[in-house]
Amino acid sequence: MATLNQPIYMDNQATTPVDPRVLDAMLPYFGERFGNAASRNHQFGWDAEEGVTKARKQVAALINASPKEIVFTSGATESDNLALKGVAEMYSQKGDHIITCVTEHKAVIDSAKHLEKQGIRITFLPVEKNGRVDLDDLKRAITDKTILISIMTANNEVGVVQDIREIGRIAREHGVLFHTDAVQAVGKIPFDVQEMNVDIASISAHKMYGPKGVGAIYVRRRNPRVLLSPIMDGGGHERGMRSGTLNVPGIVGFGKAAELAMNELEEESARLFRLRERLRTGLEANLDELYINGDMEHRVPGNLNISFAYVEGESLLMGIDDIAVSSGSACTSASLEPSYVLKALGVGEDLAHTSIRFGLGRFNTDEEVDYVVDKVTHTVLRLRELSPLYEMVKEGIDLSTVNWTAD
Amino acid sequence: MAYSEKVVEHYNNPRNVGSFKKEEEGIGTGLVGAPECGDVMKLQIKVDDESGIIKDARFKTFGCGSAIASSSLATEWVKGKTVDQALQIRNTDIVKELSLPPVKIHCSVLAEDAIKSAISDWKAKHPVEVAAKAAR
Repeated sequence: MATLNQPIYMDNQATTPVDPRVLDAMLPYFGERFGNAASRNHQFGWDAEEGVTKARKQVAALINASPKEIVFTSGATESDNLALKGVAEMYSQKGDHIITCVTEHKAVIDSAKHLEKQGIRITFLPVEKNGRVDLDDLKRAITDKTILISIMTANNEVGVVQDIREIGRIAREHGVLFHTDAVQAVGKIPFDVQEMNVDIASISAHKMYGPKGVGAIYVRRRNPRVLLSPIMDGGGHERGMRSGTLNVPGIVGFGKAAELAMNELEEESARLFRLRERLRTGLEANLDELYINGDMEHRVPGNLNISFAYVEGESLLMGIDDIAVSSGSACTSASLEPSYVLKALGVGEDLAHTSIRFGLGRFNTDEEVDYVVDKVTHTVLRLRELSPLYEMVKEGIDLSTVNWTAD
Repeated sequence: MAYSEKVVEHYNNPRNVGSFKKEEEGIGTGLVGAPECGDVMKLQIKVDDESGIIKDARFKTFGCGSAIASSSLATEWVKGKTVDQALQIRNTDIVKELSLPPVKIHCSVLAEDAIKSAISDWKAKHPVEVAAKAAR
């Protein structure tokens, strides 16, 4: 067996390593091609602009958009902010109501809450137990004052994929703009803005083996033509929607990452699916009382989110400290509240505390998955020996009948 | 977040893990915390009826590494003490010994609660011994 590089990185929904081919494409733009893409009258500017133009085409091709519809940003948080705040301001004459959902990324939820304070009405749709929005709920929420529906394509914690095609169709039918935070989906599953009737989409480079600090927002130019009020004032770059000198090396890397993702998507998603299933079936063969969070059918291939009942997440992470994964346990965040996404799926707080997110990516191997299965199994068994809850359940005690001393 | 050496040591080699049989003599059991809060500690003491000295202790904990370490340490500390001495153990002592950061202080509080709860359970089950001791 090949020796394993440790620690093993299996947190690819948090970020991905830069693909060496991406880094190679970027390097000249830190060196001799250092120019400002907005310098229109010398070679340095032209070189930089050429890099940006190519990248714009590469990113556009990945989502079946026109290059002119790609606006580069600092990342998906900025893109999400620009989508919600930009639409709210630009279309304030048309209406004052935005529909989104409870499992969105904080960049969408907090932008919506910000707008709420300014008088915009926000509907936060609930999700079903499988993590998906009920489309009838969506239809019922639309009013003649609705200007935007913002529903993410794939969730960052549980990997659940929404019915974007159908949501796009509903939005179009009602003449409402549709934004989707597609960060976890683009480059992982087919994503086509034409087929799916997407009007605005947020994308990030570092979730698809590109560099951090660069992202994009797709803004539809025809049928309908979408305009966003900028949230930053300045030199009027990016068709006036996003001022600021372009991050040329980052954008070039983003373009290369998009090209690789497009060429390799089919093969890579099949491989990640197979690795994910190897991980899931391996764990399920060894351990009882595992609960998978989120729909297994409508899910990005690289995500597995499991609750290991009766074993607190942070203590499990401590036992597998040569494996990089993340937990929905409160103890791993500053807030002391367990994951709001799991809560929205109806996962009890007791199980939310025991959840682990495995994020498989391009560079994970069969050997790594096998190692993770063994190590997690061993640690869960050890911690269950230590768990009073596991002992009580094995004695036949129903934990819900216990009078806990919680304050 | 980095854990202190002592927390890691207790996590890797927890002391006195397990359970006493309920029907055994001189047992007091404390069960504190709640699954929804991410922390549950069960701490048991075995008390010598004559002397009131805690001869042995066991624990099981559902919780983070600091919670496991706090309860492991608590079982070490109560052993050899009388129940009244054990009641003097303060959570701040545990914080100091394990170098717990502020966000983990609740783990030490829970360990102190577990000790108190085990002792009050023992007292409730052994009113004769408690009364005799008070009379001495």
